[in-house]
Amino acid sequence: MSQSTSLTLPSASHVVPRQRSVLPGFRLSLGFTLFWLGLIVLIPLSAVAFKTLELGWPGFWSAVTSPRVLASFRLSFGVALIAAAINAVFGLVFAWVLVRYTFPGKRLLDALVDLPFALPTAVAGIALTAIYAENGWIGSLLAPLGIKVAFTPLGVLVAAVFIGLPFVVRTVQPVLEDLDRELEEAAASLGASRWQIFVRVVWPVLTPAVLTGVALAFARAVGEYGSMIFIAGNVPMVSEIAPLMIITKLEQYDYAGATAIALVMLLASFAILLAINSLQAWTARRTGRPA
Amino acid sequence: MSAIPAAVPAPSSSPAPLPSPTPLQSPASSATSAPSSGASPARARPAAVATRGLRSTDEPAWVRRLLIGIALGFFALFLLLPLAIVFYEALRKGLEPYWATIIEPDARASMWLTLTAVAIAVPLNLVFGVAAAWAIARFEFRGKKYLVTLIDLPFSVSPVIAGLIYVLVFGAQGWFGGWLQAHDLKIIFAVPGIVLATIFVTFPFVARELIPLMQAQGRDEEEAAIVLGASGWQMFRKVTLPNIKWGLLYGVILCNARAMGEFGAVSVVSGHIRGLTNTMPLHVEILYNEYQFQAAFAVASLLALLALVTLVMKSAIEWKARHDAPIAAATN
Repeated sequence: MSQSTSLTLPSASHVVPRQRSVLPGFRLSLGFTLFWLGLIVLIPLSAVAFKTLELGWPGFWSAVTSPRVLASFRLSFGVALIAAAINAVFGLVFAWVLVRYTFPGKRLLDALVDLPFALPTAVAGIALTAIYAENGWIGSLLAPLGIKVAFTPLGVLVAAVFIGLPFVVRTVQPVLEDLDRELEEAAASLGASRWQIFVRVVWPVLTPAVLTGVALAFARAVGEYGSMIFIAGNVPMVSEIAPLMIITKLEQYDYAGATAIALVMLLASFAILLAINSLQAWTARRTGRPA
Repeated sequence: MSAIPAAVPAPSSSPAPLPSPTPLQSPASSATSAPSSGASPARARPAAVATRGLRSTDEPAWVRRLLIGIALGFFALFLLLPLAIVFYEALRKGLEPYWATIIEPDARASMWLTLTAVAIAVPLNLVFGVAAAWAIARFEFRGKKYLVTLIDLPFSVSPVIAGLIYVLVFGAQGWFGGWLQAHDLKIIFAVPGIVLATIFVTFPFVARELIPLMQAQGRDEEEAAIVLGASGWQMFRKVTLPNIKWGLLYGVILCNARAMGEFGAVSVVSGHIRGLTNTMPLHVEILYNEYQFQAAFAVASLLALLALVTLVMKSAIEWKARHDAPIAAATN
């Protein structure tokens, strides 16, 4: 896609659509797209920047570096990172099993991988809490071992793993499906072991897709609210997530403080978005698939 | 969410020979590319392995079993169990209390509000999605790449921030707060705010399903329709719409599921007024925080049912698209 735009731009000079397409509706559809995008997304989002400006630098800095806020950043970003790493491993196993093997229940598994996308986060939140509470199905098994999951940072991690799983599976799966098995057969016929083939032939192709999935899962977990809020327990300095800090400040009518935290999180998600875009371009180069 | 691949598989060209310099794979790239799927009998492979019917690219049986075991275990623990407990807790005390909590007036009001918000948000995003996909997939213009990224933006914004921005614009201390108050209009802590937040979080769904689909289809058929004298509307109804209907439905279903289930964004703008500004997910939260666990899980079970229906429909559309695709490719 990027290639075709770069080829057509020079000839386009000031005429916006390429070679004056016969198709109608360019102005109307683009105009409406920009109008709606501005109205719903861009103008309201810009309010975050403007509101933070009211604080000034010292106010902003003290709002986002207060110990409680810093602790919530540490929890949200730290947990998201660990969960993304866990999902990288299990997501890869899932995608591998779904693409390469046949076994009973495979179609069910394939369909239900998307459950974390489809299940409302509040429902996931109370379900996970019920399972991992001390009297829950799993919580009661872990309690004798001295492991508490619900109402601790570990609970936040469980929720983050839950919501992040489909991202890795669904980014790796299509790349693995398209992977030419002849490459592996050639490697095998040349005497490579199965492990060598995976490490030297399969993994290099999958790397960008796995990293894209990890970045997406990370981004989602950083901003996640519904599935985490019930299981977190929300103990200040221990298990308060960053989005909760925004809500807490709002409830105290500290709009500027809430906005300052939001700005930090927005900047983080822009950075992740940039990383994801370049990862996807990398995936496209590695696999020859359109981005 | 932006990871969801396009529902309707674009006719993907077979992957180009890999540029990776691994010495192991260089013979493969020079080989003429035959269909990769089946076992090609001509290919030499270690005899010892072949006798057992195990292809050289298969893992040993114990590895296979281990990987399937890990996947199924993880699946049961993280996906099946949460789903099961919702229905278990909801029905634990029998059908009667289950039914009673569902037809209770506050619960009914929350369902009504959720349906109202969805009935406004989904069609608006549908129209936006079609317009955006038309502009992006059918025309070349500068900054297109950035426009696509901006459309995806709501996916990477925390839902809580999605709610916050509307508080900043329409809240009592917001940009239009004074004006709204003077005219006795309410957006925040009222239904319009809930609708706005819902539109924001579901903004990209339809567009990002349609853009890759329409790009893969190309504009030949539509150009032919116009050249043959069809009006824009005729072309859209008779050529574009039939081509994109499955992708469109797919996007709408995902959009609908997210709209009904949205919690964080709606929670910020709703004000949690029982019976008035409580959507279903918020009602679940209130019941849960009041320790009415059975009631909370009963309402939650309806939302879980919605999720299941969504997944079934999604799988059905994917199946349909996969089976239609070869036919479409043959006729083209």
